[in-house]
Amino acid sequence: MTPADDDFSPSVRPYEDPPPGHVSGSRLERVLRQGKFAVTAELNPPDSADPEDVFEAARPLGEVADALNATDASGANCHMSSIGICALLTRAGYGTIYQISCRDRNRIAIQGDVLGAAAMGVRNVLCLTGDGVGVGDQPGARAVFDFDSLSLLRTIRTMRDNGVFLSGRKITRPPRMFLGAAENPCVEPYEWRPDRLAKKVEAGAEFIQTNYIYDMPLFEKFMARVRDMGLDQKVFILAGVGPLASARAARWMRSNVPGIHIPDRVIERMEKAEKPGAEGKRICIELIQRIREIKGVAGIHVMAYRREHQVSEIILESGVLKGRVAVGGRRHGDRRANNQ
Amino acid sequence: MYRARLFAVRHARAFEWIYQRFERMMIALDPVFARIGYDRVERPIALIERGAKGLLFDCKMCGQCVLSSTGMSCPMNCPKQLRNGPCGGVRPGGYCEVKPQMKCVWCLAWDGAARMNGSDKIHEVLPPVDHSLQGSSAWLRVSREKAAKLRESHDAAKTAVAMAFPAARKNEPSSAPLAPEPPRAVDRETRR
Repeated sequence: MTPADDDFSPSVRPYEDPPPGHVSGSRLERVLRQGKFAVTAELNPPDSADPEDVFEAARPLGEVADALNATDASGANCHMSSIGICALLTRAGYGTIYQISCRDRNRIAIQGDVLGAAAMGVRNVLCLTGDGVGVGDQPGARAVFDFDSLSLLRTIRTMRDNGVFLSGRKITRPPRMFLGAAENPCVEPYEWRPDRLAKKVEAGAEFIQTNYIYDMPLFEKFMARVRDMGLDQKVFILAGVGPLASARAARWMRSNVPGIHIPDRVIERMEKAEKPGAEGKRICIELIQRIREIKGVAGIHVMAYRREHQVSEIILESGVLKGRVAVGGRRHGDRRANNQ
Repeated sequence: MYRARLFAVRHARAFEWIYQRFERMMIALDPVFARIGYDRVERPIALIERGAKGLLFDCKMCGQCVLSSTGMSCPMNCPKQLRNGPCGGVRPGGYCEVKPQMKCVWCLAWDGAARMNGSDKIHEVLPPVDHSLQGSSAWLRVSREKAAKLRESHDAAKTAVAMAFPAARKNEPSSAPLAPEPPRAVDRETRR
């Protein structure tokens, strides 16, 4: 094993102590704590064992995103694992967010995987409950749900801050990770969603990525309550956005994918458009520009399933980066991060 | 029974009141249970608990009852068995993602909690379920736990007395005893 000489050779990121005032060596955390408007993007996981397919999926996103989310069998459909994708991308220099769903693995597997991911250089983790197995490609599978997203958050925080497993056994080098959770402001019970967010912060969440926001009045109401509760001071909120492909696709998503709320007025607008693809992109840019004006929002999370080619245009045209170069795709050489 | 469950949530406050009294009674019965032996009362009590709570709350006998923190809506009826719900997949109208004909257990829970005096309990993050306790009586677990706590505070007081009067203890050990008491002696203590 020879140490990497140049920035482009894949190498393992060494274990490092977090910079002062930080909980991890995550670049996303650094961007957020500097008060910059952060951008994260969801990566479409390949159905393939070829690492090149992962790099190809990451390429269009890396230049505009501070970190890439590797989904964990989202919608209960089987794809390459999140931990595998994160390991590959981290070694290639991308900032990655390791998604953990409670649906498929029990507490023994998850705690082990957290250590494995941290050792591979992953510095962000997103704790999710996960969709039910019934909506996926293998509805006969056993649903695990040993943890829920909150007990999972608290467990990883305990591993990180107290240096012990849930059994109390000591961890010699705790996983220094930036903890994230999801929230869905646009589904019922609306009035309790901010309280649920508070509970997630209490459990250990340091950043939040929301589901798709297409209903601005509903999201603004949610954020007003969040600000009243002072939660925007305790957690970084990244609002979820994404371009729609067509009115038909939007209707399909609304009725088949759990937790997606798209108002009729948005679908009507898609219907009337001559070029639905371009209209979907325009709607997305408008949403981002409105979201950015809302106090308490720290960034956006772009989920552009099968429309990854539009992501970089959407981000650049919306102007949220303000000429800043996103750090997500920088090649491994971001040693400054390691040396800080 | 689904309808009984909805009834329990609508009357969460009344059930909260009943539960508080019932809990006090179970704690008061600790000496009796201890005398008969918790081992021996486990099965009959668990049987009664299964019947009563099964009827009212669709209880799944997880053995770690948290009804008072979940608006009297049993979280084990959530298909994902979330203990800190709801998830992000709730359907319009507050219906379950996995079982669309059923109201979301956690939408009901927040509703029920809002009706209770201890409505802030639902804000506490609950730990994952210990599956090794499945099928055992949560009622007895609570009475054991709280009675043990009472005994613990009593023991702490005993130690404090012994440390405050070391000379008396040396001459007359029974004036500030520290050794563990036999059950019969403890029973009398608790009754007093």
